[in-house]
Amino acid sequence: MLSYCGKRLLQAVPLLIGVSLIGFGLMHLAPGGPLAVYTLNPTITAQDIERIKIVLGLDLPVHLQYLKWASGMLTGNWGTTFFGGRPVLNVILERMPATFLLMGTALALAVTLGVCVGMLGALRRHSLFDYLASTGAMIMLSFPTFWFGLMAIFVFAVRLRWLPSGGMYELGEEGNPLDLLRHLILPASVLALVITATYSRYTRSAFIEVMHQDFMRTARAKGLRTPARLFRHAFPNALKPLIALLGTDLPQLFSGALVTETIFGWPGMGRLFVDALTMKEYPILMGMVMFTAIFVIVGNLLADIAIAFLDPRVRLS
Amino acid sequence: MSSAVDTLAVAPTLTRRPGRLRRFLAHRLAAFGAVTVVLLLLCSAFAPALAPHDPLDLDTKFRFLPPLVNLSFPLGTDELGRDLLSRLLYGGRISLVVGIVAMVTTVVTGALIGLVAGFNGGWTDTLLMRFVDTMLCFPQVFLLLVVAAFVPPTLVSIALIIGLTSWMEVARIVRAEILHLKEQDFVMAARALGASGSRIMALELMPNVAAPLLVAATLKVAAAVLMESYISFLGYGVQPPLASWGNMLTNAQGYFDTAPWLAILPGAMITLTVVGFNFLGDGLRDALDPRLRIDV
Repeated sequence: MLSYCGKRLLQAVPLLIGVSLIGFGLMHLAPGGPLAVYTLNPTITAQDIERIKIVLGLDLPVHLQYLKWASGMLTGNWGTTFFGGRPVLNVILERMPATFLLMGTALALAVTLGVCVGMLGALRRHSLFDYLASTGAMIMLSFPTFWFGLMAIFVFAVRLRWLPSGGMYELGEEGNPLDLLRHLILPASVLALVITATYSRYTRSAFIEVMHQDFMRTARAKGLRTPARLFRHAFPNALKPLIALLGTDLPQLFSGALVTETIFGWPGMGRLFVDALTMKEYPILMGMVMFTAIFVIVGNLLADIAIAFLDPRVRLS
Repeated sequence: MSSAVDTLAVAPTLTRRPGRLRRFLAHRLAAFGAVTVVLLLLCSAFAPALAPHDPLDLDTKFRFLPPLVNLSFPLGTDELGRDLLSRLLYGGRISLVVGIVAMVTTVVTGALIGLVAGFNGGWTDTLLMRFVDTMLCFPQVFLLLVVAAFVPPTLVSIALIIGLTSWMEVARIVRAEILHLKEQDFVMAARALGASGSRIMALELMPNVAAPLLVAATLKVAAAVLMESYISFLGYGVQPPLASWGNMLTNAQGYFDTAPWLAILPGAMITLTVVGFNFLGDGLRDALDPRLRIDV
C-alpha cells in the first residue's frame, strides 16, 4: 500500500511540472506581460518601469525567471496583488472556505441524489423510471448552469420571495448559521444540478456492469434478497468508478462554482477570479489557475489512493 | 465489451430485454435532436430573410415590449427597443458559427495528437499523453477566461480558444482506437506492401476512426455552444452590440421584475441547441458503435 502511494505520488510530479510550465507560459502571454497594469498608469515613467522590472526579476533570462517563480510557488510566495500589494496566496485562501462550503454542499446533495437515482435505474432497467431518469440526466447535462441559476432566482427570489437572490448573509446577520443556510440553498442546488446528472449516469452504468458479474449470479442463486445483494455485493464494487469520478470531475466542479458564484454574488474563489478579470489583476488570475490545477492533482491522487485502499487488485498490479 | 455474448445469455434471467418502448423513444430522441439541429442551422443560415427587423435597430418608443403583444415584434423587445426575435436569430448564427469552428479546432487538434501518440508509441506517446493529463488539470472555464482576457475577442479567437482548451478527450478517444487498430491485419498488409507511416495513418487508420470522431464532433458542438454562452455572459466572449445568446443574458438579470422574457428566451435557445446536439450525438453513438448497443 505504502509503495503504491509512493509510486502514485511520484507520478504526480511531472503533472505538477507540466501545470507550472503552462501557468508560467500563460503569465507571459498577457499583453505587456506582468507589467501591463503599470504601463497603463500615466504617472509611471519609463525609468520606473525599468526599476520595477529589476525588482520583479523580469530582466533575467526566461529559464531563470521560471525557476525563481516556481521556487516561489513551492515556498508559498505567490506574488502580490497589483492593487494593495497583498500576498496572492492569502487573498485566495481567504475566499476558500466560502467556495468549499458551496462545493461541498452541492457535491453531497448531488452524490446522494445521483447515486440513488442511478441505482434505481440500474435495478429497474428499461422501466419508465429508468427511461425518464436517463433522458432527464441528458437534458440536465445540457442546461447552461448560469441560465438555470437566473431562472431559479427569478422563480424563488423575485416571484415567490422565498429565498434571497444572492450573497452569503443579510446585512447585520453575519455569522448566523440559519441565515447562511437560507442563502446557500439556491446556489448549492443550482451547482448540484449538473453533478447529479453526471453521477446518476455513472452509477447506473457502474451498477449494470457489476450486476452482470458471476458473483452476483451466485448471490442470487444462493437465495440472497435484493437489498443484501445490492448493498453488500454490488455497492462496494460499483463504488470504484464513482470515487474516480470525484477526482476527475473536480475541474468541472470548479468551473461550475465559478459560474454559480458569479450569478449569486457568493463571495468565494470564483467570484474573486471574475473580479480579478475586470481589474486585470494578473497575479490573482495566475494564482487561481495554479491553485485549482494543483487542487485537481491532489484530488485525483487522493481518489486513486482511496481506490487502491478499497481494491487490493489495483495496488498489486 | 467482449462480454456482449454473455450479456445476451444472462439477459432473460437478470434483466428485462430492452423494451420496444425504450428503443422507440431512444430513436425518437435522436430524431428530435436531428430535427432541432437542422431547424437551427436553417434558421441561422436564413436569418436575414427571417428576421423582421435589423437586430441592431433601436426603437425607443417600443422598449420592453412583451412577446405576442405587437405583431411587428413577435417576441417583444429589449431594454433598447431592439426586436428580440431578430436578435435571437442573429445570435444563433453567432453561437453556431463559434460552436462549429471550435468543434473543428477540437477535432483536428485532438485527432492529430491522438493519432501521432497512438501510432508512434514510445516516448512520443508518453510525452503527448502527459500533456493531455496536464491540460485536463485546469478547469476549462478558468483557462478560457484567462486567455480570453489576454486576447482581443473576435469570433475566430473565441472559437479557437474554446477549441484549444477542449481537445483532450478527443485525443484520448482517437489514441485508444489507433492502439487497437494498428495491431490489425490490414495495417500489417499495408506495411508489407511498403506503405509509409504517414500513408498508413492517413489512408488506413483515420477512415476507421471516422465513426467515433463523428460522435465526438457532434457532442463537442454542444459543449462549445455552452462554453461560448458562459464566457459571453461573463463579458469576455462575443462583444455587444453583436448579439449572442450568452451576452443577451448579461443584462437580463437587471430586468427580471419587468421583463422576464429577456432572460427566459435566450437561455431556452441555448438549452434547446445543446440538448439537440447532445441527443443527436448519443443517437449517432448508438447507431455507429455496435459494441455499445447492448449496454445503452
